[in-house]
Amino acid sequence: MNVLEFSALVGLGSLLAGFLGALTGLGGGVVVVPMLALLFHVDIRYAIGASLVSVIATSSGAAAAYVREGYSNIRIGMFLETATTVGAIAGAAIAMYVSGSAIAIVFGLVLLYSAFLSSRDRVEHGEHLPSSNLATKLRLNGSYPTASGMQPYNVRGVPAGYGLMLGAGVLSGLLGIGSGAVKVLAMDQAMKIPFKVSTTTSNFMIGVTAAASAGLYLARGYIAPGVAMPVMLGVLAGALIGARVLVKARVKVLRYVFAAVIVVLGVEMIFNGVTGRL
Amino acid sequence: MTTRSWNDLRIEVIIGALLRTGVILAAAVVLFGAVVFLAQHGREVAAHGVFRGEPESLTSVNGIIQGVLHLSGKAIIQLGLLILIATPVARVAFSAVAFAIERDYLYVWITLFVLAVLLYSLLGSH
Repeated sequence: MNVLEFSALVGLGSLLAGFLGALTGLGGGVVVVPMLALLFHVDIRYAIGASLVSVIATSSGAAAAYVREGYSNIRIGMFLETATTVGAIAGAAIAMYVSGSAIAIVFGLVLLYSAFLSSRDRVEHGEHLPSSNLATKLRLNGSYPTASGMQPYNVRGVPAGYGLMLGAGVLSGLLGIGSGAVKVLAMDQAMKIPFKVSTTTSNFMIGVTAAASAGLYLARGYIAPGVAMPVMLGVLAGALIGARVLVKARVKVLRYVFAAVIVVLGVEMIFNGVTGRL
Repeated sequence: MTTRSWNDLRIEVIIGALLRTGVILAAAVVLFGAVVFLAQHGREVAAHGVFRGEPESLTSVNGIIQGVLHLSGKAIIQLGLLILIATPVARVAFSAVAFAIERDYLYVWITLFVLAVLLYSLLGSH
């Protein structure tokens, strides 16, 4: 395969990944790395570097829209970014010392977990809980627009959420993904932040988290322009198209299909990691 | 403190514009780099299966700028990626200023911490 063909095929695959990632809310990053490693036989370190870059692009692009709508909470985002960025640097440092096979196995497990999480229906917590002391001190409580006006909400479980965010950062730095699933788990489940606020704030944070490890990846020569270029342009274009179609699409069916694809990729990654092929 | 101040909203609008501009600029530079790169290397064999690590000329800010001046497609792509990585960093730097204007000093410190971590990763790891 010559460079022109490689760029075209990877660009097309990334376009599809970005499109489905935007439609299902899972992000394109989770399928880009397995696609590059399993299908195109790209070294997993180059694959992770390219994915990381595409994650920054889609997160920043989407965050621009969400911030304007007033869903994301900038204080929650910034406070938790102190955990995710430190975690991301630790993850990127770990990635320099462990083998590609080990990374592939962890990647596979995270894929399986993401698929499990996305197949469950999300229920908004209806009850209005009192704020915790720490959340009040940190001014994390806020409000967000709903059909019936601005809805205030309180934040709880700050230490647990913070710990999960450290973990999300490590995974992001190690695997080159946004770790949106773990971030939402921390905010939605541990901190009881309304779903719309946690997904948009998570998206807002993903770019900063990914930038923290991308600097290290670039410096260590893990970002190859020939791989990152088609991935970044493809995923970004796909995500933009996906965001436009989102309103009309029957997302539920798509989410199950995409979850099934992710399960297959996860099993493949674990198998190839265990047998030492990646 | 559940009402959103006018300042908060204005800050959010600026952050949104900043992020969008950064991504569009980065994508444009990468696209231009792609055209140059494919014209220069399109017919060569694609080999990314073995990890070698990119050379110094594509991993440091200085090396990348040198390459861009010599119209290297790879270096132009890396410049675009560098702009992309810098976009969230610029967003954090702007947030620090915004919190300072709001006299929210707790969040000025929190934001400066995040900025320090990001700058360490971008500049301090060479």
